[in-house]
Amino acid sequence: MITTKGLTKVYRSRGREVTALDGVDLHVREGEVYGVIGQSGAGKSTLIRCVNLLERPSSGTVTVAGQDLTALAGRGQRAGAELRRARSRIGMVFQHFNLLSSRTVQANIELPLEILGVSGKERERKALELLDLVGLADKAKAYPGQLSGGQKQRVGIARALAGDPKVLLSDESTSALDPETTRSILQLLRDLNQQLGLTVLLITHEMDVVKTICDSAALMKGGRVVESGTVSELLATPGSELAAELFPVGGEPSGPDRTVVDVTFHGDAATQPVISQLSRTYNIDISILGAAMDTVCGKQVGRMRIELPGRFEENVVPIGFLREQGLQVDVADVQTPAPAAALLKEGAK
Amino acid sequence: MTWAEMQPLLRDACLDTLFMVWWSTVYAVLGGLPLGLLLVLTDRGGLLQNVAVNKVLGAILNLGRSLPFIILIVWLIPFSRMVVGTSIGPSAAVVALAIGAVPFFARLVETAVREVDHGLVEAVQSMGGGTWTLIFKVLLPQALPSLLAGLTTTVITLIGYSAMAGAVGGGGLGNLAITYGYQRREDALMNVTILLLIAIVTVVQIAGDLAVRRLASRGGRQAAPVGLRRLLPARPKPAAAGTAAVAAEPEPALDKAV
Ligand SMILES: Nc1ncnc2c1ncn2[C@@H]1O[C@H](COP(=O)(O)OP(=O)(O)O)[C@@H](O)[C@H]1O
Ligand SMILES: [Mg+2]
Repeated sequence: MITTKGLTKVYRSRGREVTALDGVDLHVREGEVYGVIGQSGAGKSTLIRCVNLLERPSSGTVTVAGQDLTALAGRGQRAGAELRRARSRIGMVFQHFNLLSSRTVQANIELPLEILGVSGKERERKALELLDLVGLADKAKAYPGQLSGGQKQRVGIARALAGDPKVLLSDESTSALDPETTRSILQLLRDLNQQLGLTVLLITHEMDVVKTICDSAALMKGGRVVESGTVSELLATPGSELAAELFPVGGEPSGPDRTVVDVTFHGDAATQPVISQLSRTYNIDISILGAAMDTVCGKQVGRMRIELPGRFEENVVPIGFLREQGLQVDVADVQTPAPAAALLKEGAK
Repeated sequence: MTWAEMQPLLRDACLDTLFMVWWSTVYAVLGGLPLGLLLVLTDRGGLLQNVAVNKVLGAILNLGRSLPFIILIVWLIPFSRMVVGTSIGPSAAVVALAIGAVPFFARLVETAVREVDHGLVEAVQSMGGGTWTLIFKVLLPQALPSLLAGLTTTVITLIGYSAMAGAVGGGGLGNLAITYGYQRREDALMNVTILLLIAIVTVVQIAGDLAVRRLASRGGRQAAPVGLRRLLPARPKPAAAGTAAVAAEPEPALDKAV
């Protein structure tokens, strides 16, 4: 639904150059919620603003719903009619809501429809319908200044949906909200994604957001996408930084010459008594350093960090046993010499 | 001089002053609003970025603002004669007042429009809004309270300028104060004139502030305009308090950031 190819953005100001995006290839499939996560300054906002060409990429292409937007951009600062029409089919929500304080809630939602040239009656009908959808039917005549942060963002979402977009872009839409409101807004986005088949590209610096609603995620660092994929793919990728962040387990080895292993289990494997089997079969003592069960994108996932006596070379067979049981096994880097760890990752692939 | 003698003089002078202020305000808005907007739009990063136009326009407006008004009037005498056929009287004064007020108001418009949050412009661009939409549905409505406050300041400045114009033959209350109050030592008339000027200025300021406050009471304004703040120093502003509260909310889950 959204594809970027080799997207690069270089800001030039007074002789200095900042490469905010450095060859970003992103592929967001229709109907999914795709999260881009990264630290402040990683280039997330630049990326999402390039998707609807609020920011003109220095090079690369952006395709939304099969339409090459970069081709519509033209040369000058101003957006041509075709680009503006394409934008009206892409909704956008913002961290600071960006509602017009001079207009009522209803008039804010009607604004995109005014731009589209929809008649007054039809605008009103649509605005009230959208307000109902986001649960603010009683706030039509209020001004944004009279609403709470969460309510403002609901209005922002209703406004973004006014043009019946297929795609919704969200730039840190929950970052200015408290945790509870964040959850309710994320739930709303999830519902809209499922009810309307809306494709959502959201950027955030909060792992919880990705964990709660994303089907896929990408990690950005210094203007590049360093990891991406569906959440299950990521969780199944040995050594994935996103997976580790999505689902961290801690625990330090109790001494030298131990092998620390992270075991991840999805679905069925969670019910097998694998650890006791392992212990009995190979007659070894296993310590559990840390463990957690969690729901990631609606799926039960468990993670456990265990410690086996002896170095890795002595534990090849038990680790093989765990893999045979359909578990994902990562030998943790803790106290393992770096080259060996790298080799292991290669071997695991 | 008796009150009966003063009354017709005062009435005529008042009408002349109102005539000068009204028409010069009309021209100040007609000229200053588009010029102030243009100044913002053509600036670097603006919607109609055009550095050359911006520089030239800025220089002209600065020139108009840096000339002392009294010099401007004298300098414009030939021009006034050309436009309205005379260089004395209220009509002639309106020419100079308008030309003096346009750059003044234009700069206030510029400030007011610049204050509009760029996020709003982006939001409306993201829905496909073009330059006209942005001007008429975002920039002007959002800047309206500041524009009204600027207009109030302009009108009050024009009342002062019109009195100066009176000194060089423009008519109005200024003229009355000079010719009768100063040259003929009619102290009573002088004092009444001053009271009238104060009354007019006060009425304009209160009316302007009321209008601004009405707009601001819709809530969500980032800050009350200057005029309002001056009149109501101690009153807590709900709008500003709301904004502060939002800003002060902790950013949740920052510790969980990647
Ligand atoms: N308009 C701009 N001019 C110059 N540099 C910019 C501009 N916008 C963003 N940048 C720079 O680009 C980088 C990425 O910024 P941004 O996309 O906002 O990051 P994020 O949203 O991930 O915090 C930063 O180093 C930032 O300073
Ligand atoms: Mg950002």
